[in-house]
Amino acid sequence: MSIENTEVLLKVEGISKSFGGKRILKDVSLSLNKGDLKVLIGPSGGGKSTLLQCINLLITPDKGKIFLNNRDVSFNKKKDVLALRQQIGMIFQDFNLFDHLTALDNVSIALRKVKKMSKKDAYIRAQMELERVGLGDKLHHYPAELSGGQKQRVSIARALAMDPLLLLLDEPTSALDPELISEVLTVIRELSNSGMTMLMATHQMGFVKSLAQEILFMENGRIIEHDTPENLLNKSKVRTRTQDFCSKLL
Amino acid sequence: MFLDVSFYLNQVIPALNKGLMVSLALIFPSATCGLIIGIIIGTMRAFGKGPIYGFATVYATIFRGTPLVVQLFILYFGLPNLGIYLSPYLAAVLGFTLCSGAYHSEYIRGALLSIKKGQILAAQALGFSTWSSLTNIILPQAMRRALPGCGNEIIYLIKYSSLAYIITCIELTGQGKIIASMTFRFSEVFLVVGFYYLVMVTIATWLLKKLEERFYVPGFGSR
Repeated sequence: MSIENTEVLLKVEGISKSFGGKRILKDVSLSLNKGDLKVLIGPSGGGKSTLLQCINLLITPDKGKIFLNNRDVSFNKKKDVLALRQQIGMIFQDFNLFDHLTALDNVSIALRKVKKMSKKDAYIRAQMELERVGLGDKLHHYPAELSGGQKQRVSIARALAMDPLLLLLDEPTSALDPELISEVLTVIRELSNSGMTMLMATHQMGFVKSLAQEILFMENGRIIEHDTPENLLNKSKVRTRTQDFCSKLL
Repeated sequence: MFLDVSFYLNQVIPALNKGLMVSLALIFPSATCGLIIGIIIGTMRAFGKGPIYGFATVYATIFRGTPLVVQLFILYFGLPNLGIYLSPYLAAVLGFTLCSGAYHSEYIRGALLSIKKGQILAAQALGFSTWSSLTNIILPQAMRRALPGCGNEIIYLIKYSSLAYIITCIELTGQGKIIASMTFRFSEVFLVVGFYYLVMVTIATWLLKKLEERFYVPGFGSR
């Protein structure tokens, strides 16, 4: 990571969201520089998933602003919303691969149907992305024929094929067997090293400590603590909520 | 009397073959258009809101809730009162299409509702428009799940196409009735008529099985 690389890529300002009168997000702000890897941690129900889904407008925020590359994103113009989603990759906890498509088609379908690439070009690109995540030998396998770790790697390839400016990862390893977690984390680590900007909800603390620039601790719809992993977990003089939470993680 | 070969060869078979052609001409467009209407109405019922949902629901309620014969009578004998004259054939195709469309729509609605929310979410996250995610992601999955039910409806349609003769569209059953009435050999004629339907349904069943195999995806649905 180069030091001069401090261009702000994503800025979220005062996002709020309520569902049925219950406030899930309360005035949340954050920003990501190009190449940053920031992680969201905190108890479930704290608003991590909702925040991630608000950032690519899968959920429309009630209030607040989102700036991508310094451009104020409109929440209501359909065209802007679709364009924004193409620029932001999303990785889900339970993969959400398209069940009726092979790995190759899972990765290429958005290239063809959304980016209007030719079938041939889309396949070439999709194959390249699948090889990059180590699945060059599984091109024609259906999701049901893949392990959890392989499924998640296909979903990462699917997001990367769209050339996103940043990736949102919503607990990408939480649905995986312990033995499969490392193969997914390895891919994410390589992505981070190659300069991909990422915002990730995770509880893999070893990974967080070694790679994240900043921990954002979320509880009850607010980011209540945010600092470098070292400051939050080791150097703080008072016991932080993050320390408290992490001490309970296995 | 069952062994009177020339009766079958010279009277029954030629007449029934003529009727069979009319039956096929009823079944093919009705099955195709019925399925298309079923997909549209089923989608409107599964995902539509307000007037879209309301229209589709009223349609399904009326055409599933009234006897097909009554629908045919209204189309053929009732519409002329409004100045709309349909030929027996057209009235029959229209009636079968609208009726089977209503039944198809329920199989498709059920299949659409069984698609996991995450599939739609993933499509949206990739920038798919609502229409594009429906046609590229949701319907291809739902149709695989609906296929056994829709196949059942098409098989049922083959048999209820016999109601067309009631509004004077003389198809297979109608031809059988004419010959049987002329010769008073009801059991012989209708045994052959029944056999014709059995063959049609057997072929349709085989084709539907091939279709299911063609679109089979590992781990998708049952098996």
